[in-house]
Amino acid sequence: MLLIDCPYCGVRPELEFIYGGQAHVARPGNPAACSDEQWADFLYWRENSKGVHAERWRHTHGCGRFFNALRDTTNDRFLATYRVGERAPAAALERSGARDHE
Amino acid sequence: MLVTLRGARHDLAPTHRPVPTDQTMQRFSGFSLLRRGLSGHRDWQPQWRKAEPKAAYDAIIVGGGGHGLGAAYYLAKEHNLRNVAVLEKGWIGGGNTGRNTTIIRSNYLRDESAALYDHALKMWEGLSQELNYNVMFSQRGVLMLAHTVHDVQVFKRHVHANRANGVDNEWLTADEARAVCPLLQTDDIRYPVLGAAFQRRGGTARHDAVAWGYARAADALGVDIIENCEVTGIRRDANGEAQAVETSRGVIESRKIGVSAAGNTSVVLRMAGVRLPLESYPLQALVSEPVKPIFPCVVMSNTIHAYISQSDKGELVIGAGTDAYTSYTQRGGLHVSSHALEAICELFPMFRRMRMLRNWGGIVDVSPDRSPIIARTPVPGLYVNCGWGTGGFKATPGSAHLFAWTIARDRPHPINAPFTIERFREGRLIDEAAAAAVAH
Repeated sequence: MLLIDCPYCGVRPELEFIYGGQAHVARPGNPAACSDEQWADFLYWRENSKGVHAERWRHTHGCGRFFNALRDTTNDRFLATYRVGERAPAAALERSGARDHE
Repeated sequence: MLVTLRGARHDLAPTHRPVPTDQTMQRFSGFSLLRRGLSGHRDWQPQWRKAEPKAAYDAIIVGGGGHGLGAAYYLAKEHNLRNVAVLEKGWIGGGNTGRNTTIIRSNYLRDESAALYDHALKMWEGLSQELNYNVMFSQRGVLMLAHTVHDVQVFKRHVHANRANGVDNEWLTADEARAVCPLLQTDDIRYPVLGAAFQRRGGTARHDAVAWGYARAADALGVDIIENCEVTGIRRDANGEAQAVETSRGVIESRKIGVSAAGNTSVVLRMAGVRLPLESYPLQALVSEPVKPIFPCVVMSNTIHAYISQSDKGELVIGAGTDAYTSYTQRGGLHVSSHALEAICELFPMFRRMRMLRNWGGIVDVSPDRSPIIARTPVPGLYVNCGWGTGGFKATPGSAHLFAWTIARDRPHPINAPFTIERFREGRLIDEAAAAAVAH
């Protein structure tokens, strides 16, 4: 079981959390203006990174809030967790050698 | 007799000594077993050659699991492409082919899925004869338990849809389900069993034998099976067409490249600039210590999440769930396995004192509609067979057969024509979430 560092509550066991999928997937502002391709991209296409992955978690059985995390999917180690609206910590990304996640 | 068996088992294990390519495949039969038993089992030939990569092939399959090896076999046998290689980064059958719970069934809801999975089930029925290799296919029946009113309605709908599609499936009351599987506890549990859907043609097969049987048969047709050969890049020519693969053992040219890499499909396809609607999750399974034959069929419960059968070796083979998060680690949280065991102990109280021998994870590539993709990609000459998610083993022969067809003819067979990448853009999803929600 993973130990996850909620930015609001601190380190808690995975069972308190719900996984929210890839982070920073923005819903198109005007869906009616989207092409089928853009809409399918938003709905279904994901990075599925082997390596550093930016993802959402929700501390359902704690503060109830969503937050973001960087996790290495080759070893399940968390590199950082950060609040919604914040950018991924540059230091963690640098350590991992990954590109910037907006 | 004991000596004979021990000798046979030793020699049936895959060996890697090279043999001349022109040597015809040594056929297995009761007679050949007896004859070699009398001579101490010293003259069995290796089941496939340890091939060195050539500079170029007519077709390359990336991924040496059952689906990939089978595709190479059908390319050689049915499409007369003999200059074919299977590239496997580890050892063949060491990925999800060796990690699943070996359940085979075809009781899927949609017309497209019923055609696809029943195509595979029909091929399973003749596979041991076809390959001259005992894949131990056992049609012991698959019982899917209903615990809620919703389950009952969904399963009855499945039963009707299956029968309309010519796929056997029947509704059993709780008493009838207990008659099929006397160990089953239907009452006095948190979610009593209200009934079950039962597919009698479903069952199990020996997973390793599927990989080895296809490898041996493909090798006999001239296919090169190259292990410890990891694909690190895909080269495209000036027109953007697939041209070659870069591997840990050098560059290998081919104008037809088929990728059958399960959880790593996204990684391999990205090398050619192709993105896919897939996410990779760890799926866990575990086995108990071996016991005498005690469990007559396969039992699955989607609602309390457990599935179980008994291998011919005597182990209870138990399927757990996927972890919540995407990962490539081939392991998972222990709480996921424990959860499945709690459900097993509830349904089968007599197993409460069984000890589990080992547990493991495999990385499954899950598509948004829980149906596979067997299709051409936007890159000409590059083909993909993926998205089998938590339930690809059951489809192995059918999947391999259709993938070979698609690669050889550069167009899909009518059965896999709906299973494209474009369906997610066109809104033609083949929603099997109800049939495939982790339980396989």
